[in-house]
Amino acid sequence: MPSKPRTIIEKVWDNHIVAEREGAPSLLFIDLHLVHEVTSPQAFSGLRQRGLKVRRPDLTFATVDHSTPTTPRSLPIVDPIAKAQVAQLEANAQEFGIPYFGFQNKDQGIVHVIGPENGLTQPGMTVVCGDSHTATHGAFGALAFGIGTSEVEMVLATQCLLQRRSKSYEVRVDGSLKKGVAAKDIILALCAKIGIGGGTGCVFEYTGSAIRALTMEERMTVCNMSIEAGARAGLVAPDDATYEYLAGRRFAPKGAKWDEAVAKWRQLPTDDGAAYDHNLSIDADSLEPMITFGTNPGMGMAISGAVPDPSTIADPLERDSLRKALAYMALEPGKPLAGQKIDVVFIGSCTNSRLSDLRAAASILKGRKVSEKVRTMVVPGSQEIKRQAEAEGLDEVFRAAGAEWREAGCSMCIAMNGDQLTPGQYSVSTSNRNFEGRQGKGGRTFLASPLTAAASAVTGVVTDVRTLL
Amino acid sequence: MKFESTVTQIPVDNIDTDQIIPARFLKTISKDGLGDQLFFDWRYNADGSPKPEFILNTEKAKASNVLLAGDNFGCGSSREHAPWALSQYGFQAVISTSFADIFKQNSLKNRLVPLVVSREVHQQLRDALAANPDLKVSVDVEAQTLTWSGGPVEQFPIDPFAKHCLLAGVDEIGYVTQHEAQIAAYEAERFATLNTLTN
Ligand code: SF4
Repeated sequence: MPSKPRTIIEKVWDNHIVAEREGAPSLLFIDLHLVHEVTSPQAFSGLRQRGLKVRRPDLTFATVDHSTPTTPRSLPIVDPIAKAQVAQLEANAQEFGIPYFGFQNKDQGIVHVIGPENGLTQPGMTVVCGDSHTATHGAFGALAFGIGTSEVEMVLATQCLLQRRSKSYEVRVDGSLKKGVAAKDIILALCAKIGIGGGTGCVFEYTGSAIRALTMEERMTVCNMSIEAGARAGLVAPDDATYEYLAGRRFAPKGAKWDEAVAKWRQLPTDDGAAYDHNLSIDADSLEPMITFGTNPGMGMAISGAVPDPSTIADPLERDSLRKALAYMALEPGKPLAGQKIDVVFIGSCTNSRLSDLRAAASILKGRKVSEKVRTMVVPGSQEIKRQAEAEGLDEVFRAAGAEWREAGCSMCIAMNGDQLTPGQYSVSTSNRNFEGRQGKGGRTFLASPLTAAASAVTGVVTDVRTLL
Repeated sequence: MKFESTVTQIPVDNIDTDQIIPARFLKTISKDGLGDQLFFDWRYNADGSPKPEFILNTEKAKASNVLLAGDNFGCGSSREHAPWALSQYGFQAVISTSFADIFKQNSLKNRLVPLVVSREVHQQLRDALAANPDLKVSVDVEAQTLTWSGGPVEQFPIDPFAKHCLLAGVDEIGYVTQHEAQIAAYEAERFATLNTLTN
């Protein structure tokens, strides 16, 4: 009898069940555990208190990114608390025998950038990290999700997690993206459509012709922000683009093992006739460049649109939330956002700091100057990306345009490493969160694609990139 | 696990973990001292003085164990510092119509009850609090009930395993390590073919 058709989400899940007991969550095996400096120190302390080792240091990988500065590496970390945190991870990695790309390592970078870049992330894996944007790794057909520090300790100690099965949610994107519209706009459109709680309890599978047409880097951008629509994970089934990207990378299988792995990975895509708990369709042809206006990633719209008016919303709490958001953003309802003055442009973060993102930004900045009134920061996601960008002269394009070219890290995505907005400033940012204060206390963030960010840097106001193409 | 308490209200939808505890406080390597940083940017002025009108700065809130918030509480980052800060401030339960997945799991691991109620009951409780700001609610985790004088007996959902862990004080890592034989068997089969980072 043929077995019941399954989604890739179910297949990866089923492949990792170590034990199941009535009434209890499944015990799930974790193939790759990524660790960074911010959410791990208390977990390592816990291990020490229990007298436990890291069960599988060979499936664990650490780097520093969040609280690390993006100033030249010849300079020390000035913030003593951040310095101590970075030193703590280094000490923990040494004590527990975990492979580690430290602050001065030539391959250091944002944890979700270096995983794929080094071939650590592979199809069909379970990947976790004490970071909600672990969903990024779903681009490879891995079930990848963020965990808290107690769970980090659990995985360090046992290489397993206690988990309940999530619901499956197909996000189907068919058609093709128009000029000036990027992968970022797909995910911002999804967040705007279903809201930031829309995917709660679910894992997204992104399907459809527009998703298939995306490069691996673009798929990472889409999967990265699954959490911004409430889903703990989001993935794309692997295909030839996945295998081409992975082949030859440092930790990818080689030789006969590679062939064996690819043969296995080809079994992963969702079977015909498999059912999802939820479905949604997005028409890629109808998408425009997107921009957020509010204080969560669901408060977004097409760049040609107008800021919504709270008085048109029936639900009182929802109305108050929008009112509060617009007050924080100091924006007027009913007005377009295009033309809004800005102070900072940030191109970086695990959403949009890969080589193709930098190329997209450079394509706009080449031969142009950024507005004198705007501080423009370009921050590569890893030191490897930095080298690649420099090899093709992108750094020269950025410098010539008047932008800063910095060292790898989370930078202004999260205000805990010295890169931050000052109160009241507006930024167009390629990162993933526009929460109050996310980029610095009192700072105001508009989320957008690298194309939109670069166009806005040039004009000094929120700009529809299509006017510059 | 049973407690009775007045209710502290922050009736805002989509309160994210960056509000619950801003990222700059995440540079710590310990779990201590986070209660004072709870809702920091809503709670203190630029000079660090407390905003007297913000609810968490009132004596009444400091004595309360239950927080009532809007929909989708705890969205955003996976920082467990959020439930640590809420617990250290003194909360034992947060009432909302829904919680973000990671926050919910993190809370349960720290004996903070993410108490989900329907929109209707949420509104009833808000109305009751409007009529009597000193109203006390009772939370009974074993019976899974939320009650208050004059209100309904609201049955709230909770994962049965999480409930068992809360009530029996189960150490989850200890529980999982009891499965050593199964983990080892899984690994033996799995890594017969699968690559690990070292090869
Ligand atoms: S770049 Fe931003 S979202 Fe990504 S891991 Fe760093 S802080 Fe988190």
